[in-house]
Amino acid sequence: MTATEPATAPDAPVLRRAARLGSLGEARNLGLIIVLVLLTVVGAITAPGLFLTWGNLLNLLTTASVIGVVTVGMTFVIIAGGIDLSVGAIIALASVWCTTLASQGYGIGGMIFAAMAVATIVGAVNGALIAYGRMVPFIVTLAMYVSARGLAEQISGRRSQIVSDPAFAQIAFNKVLGIPLLVVILAVVAVVGWVLLNRTTFGRRTFAVGGNAEAARLAGIDVRRHTLLVYVLSGVCCGIGAVMLTALTNTGASTHGMLYELDAIAAVIIGGTLLTGGRGSLVGSILGVLVFTTITNLFILNNLETPIQNIAKGAIIVAAVLLQRRGDRRNAVTH
Amino acid sequence: MTETMLQMTGIVKRFPGVVALAGVDLDVRPGEVHCLLGQNGAGKSTLIKVLAGAHRPDEGRILWEGSQVGFGSPVAAVRHGIATIYQELDLVDGLSVADNIFLAHEYASAGFVRGRETREVTVALLERLGHPDISPGTEVGRLSAAGKQIVSMARALSHDARLIVMDEPSAVLAHDEVENLFRVIRGLTAAGTAIVYISHRLEEIREIGDRVTVLKDGRTVAAGLDARTTPTTEIVKLMTGRTIEYAFPPRQSEPADGDPLLEVSGLTRAGEFVDVSFAVRPGEIVGLAGLVGSGRSEILETVYGARKAGAGTVSMGGRRVRPGSVPAAVRAGMGLAPEERKAQALFMLASIAENVVASTLPRFARAGFVDRRAALEAAAAQTAALELRPKDPRRPVRTLSGGNQQKVVVGRWLLKGCKVLLLDEPTRGVDIGARSELYALIRDLADSGVGVVVVSSEVPEVLGLADRVLVVADGRIVHEAPAAELDEHQVLDLVMEGSAVITKEDVV
Repeated sequence: MTATEPATAPDAPVLRRAARLGSLGEARNLGLIIVLVLLTVVGAITAPGLFLTWGNLLNLLTTASVIGVVTVGMTFVIIAGGIDLSVGAIIALASVWCTTLASQGYGIGGMIFAAMAVATIVGAVNGALIAYGRMVPFIVTLAMYVSARGLAEQISGRRSQIVSDPAFAQIAFNKVLGIPLLVVILAVVAVVGWVLLNRTTFGRRTFAVGGNAEAARLAGIDVRRHTLLVYVLSGVCCGIGAVMLTALTNTGASTHGMLYELDAIAAVIIGGTLLTGGRGSLVGSILGVLVFTTITNLFILNNLETPIQNIAKGAIIVAAVLLQRRGDRRNAVTH
Repeated sequence: MTETMLQMTGIVKRFPGVVALAGVDLDVRPGEVHCLLGQNGAGKSTLIKVLAGAHRPDEGRILWEGSQVGFGSPVAAVRHGIATIYQELDLVDGLSVADNIFLAHEYASAGFVRGRETREVTVALLERLGHPDISPGTEVGRLSAAGKQIVSMARALSHDARLIVMDEPSAVLAHDEVENLFRVIRGLTAAGTAIVYISHRLEEIREIGDRVTVLKDGRTVAAGLDARTTPTTEIVKLMTGRTIEYAFPPRQSEPADGDPLLEVSGLTRAGEFVDVSFAVRPGEIVGLAGLVGSGRSEILETVYGARKAGAGTVSMGGRRVRPGSVPAAVRAGMGLAPEERKAQALFMLASIAENVVASTLPRFARAGFVDRRAALEAAAAQTAALELRPKDPRRPVRTLSGGNQQKVVVGRWLLKGCKVLLLDEPTRGVDIGARSELYALIRDLADSGVGVVVVSSEVPEVLGLADRVLVVADGRIVHEAPAAELDEHQVLDLVMEGSAVITKEDVV
């Protein structure tokens, strides 16, 4: 009993301060925007006439588009308290499936359908095993990571499958008002994802399931069904990503999407989403993707080697998580 | 107002190994505050979980507004108009106040949350609860415990609940907040809402309650008592009149003397306990009696260094122990058998032997390699001395009964050669037959010169086992006396009435 404590009514100054700071996620978004601005300045200085061009910007965004779409799905999964290690493997499997001779026989519509269907079904299998099989997300998606890529190798015989329909490849080269279609797809997926997360009951319940599953259950949420749906959503995002990547490379291959799971998880984490679930921001995740892509872009423009680039990425992840811990402590003080 | 709103008859709920409810009756009328009283373990929490649809009863009938119902799920209970405010607040920290209140019953069109409407209704609910200062957009994780409770109540109101169950709502509230809570409750009951109110504080029940039902050992022992006029002594008698007697070993004939082993002086932790001082001599068993939440476990953990004291000192054999350091406390000769045995003390998948030698491993190690045979032999000797069953120390600890698991924890500290043993709820989850054996073991330890501190929420256990008893209420030691000079009623009076109204003269 806490009779010895001072009155603990939420006093007005604390609430005002909380409102001014906004949520933890938004505060850190500001940090990521500052990092992006700094990177832009570095780019303008180190690669004058190369970095700050319309062409390079569109190129950068196109590079970010596939991993960005995957990261949207990953954000939902992590906020709901899960993890999806199988996203890269799902992309590989979907790209291979939609580029088999049989699939290609149905034309562009059939190919897109095949990619989306395969990815959605794999996501549903992940979700069903986790939600109804009561297995740990890490284990289930790790198993899927191995077996989905294995299946992709089996189907393709480890050969790249060339896309024969020129209309399909055009997905990667079409432009809408001068902006590459792939970038437009990323923008649409991100906006739809943001609305779903922040403006719908589905989004609110995703936070609830990840933040306190028992409270969600007692409130009357079907936690298992919701968990299943979140992994299905991740699968759908992978399907979209598979179509984009297949068009971009004009091939379906079992080697597509290598290490995408790590890039997506890293982007979500530095975007301020708690790996333990319950708190997170989709805007942060997208900013995270942009930070990583910009670093890669800068290194390429400056002819620097990938190992150094990877060291820089690792350092950023550690710095972001340290920041997250500090934010949590500050949060605790206001209790 | 004589018609019955809720009538529960002969409710039985069994869990593996225990009968939590052995036949509970409860009737609640519209517009009343019905108080549920009982000691820890009497079945109050299980009963409200049955009422909330979180547990399904094995036997019994629930009549809700005249028709028989079975609440198969929390949703079903809420749909009937029964809302529960749990002690561990069931809120999502990462969501806003408004989102928490309307979680799973959002104002929404086609899946889109109608934000403005949600905010307006939230503001109205919070105003009704006397807290217009809480903003609907604030993240719940940023609120104080009292603020969270207001949100829980707003949630109950948002369901248009006609029966609200409150599980120790005042436990997290400061004094003026309790006044506000009572004002809200009076407003609700005036509108015909019934409240089932659980509290350990008798003075609150006198102030807000209409009728009282008393539970003991999973049964209703008295129903429909008048909350204002029933004498305290009668209520306490109903709560304690036990049917089970334990065999306690005889006490030391002479009071312990000699220099104290453990001396605690002025120990304070903000919000948990204030100015706690006591001493333990060799061969002495000191008992701390108090309710859950009174601060007794926190005191023990602070003495052990698992929590850092804000003020005060802990000394072993006259030398100060570095505060906030478990290794320092262990080096000084303390051992703790914590409250949550499985979570805090045992490696459930490991063997008995591995658990027993966990604190003494370096003794069996050469250049970092553990001499497994020597460790096993030492563990076997220890478990044999404790008459542990099964005898084979290679068996996994998870296969042991509660009493034998407790022996493993005690054995670990005996092997270490500890001088002061701190026992937090040593018989929780230990069946009745094994308890007497554990009591005898603790007494034997004391006779061999170990100082023992026992914390228990079961008053008879403290009184039967300890030589000297400290009564803890609201984070203070309100009374200290030889166990032989106290009885259960006095101790319960002390812990329930709180520290303010009692002086030593009143109880002796």
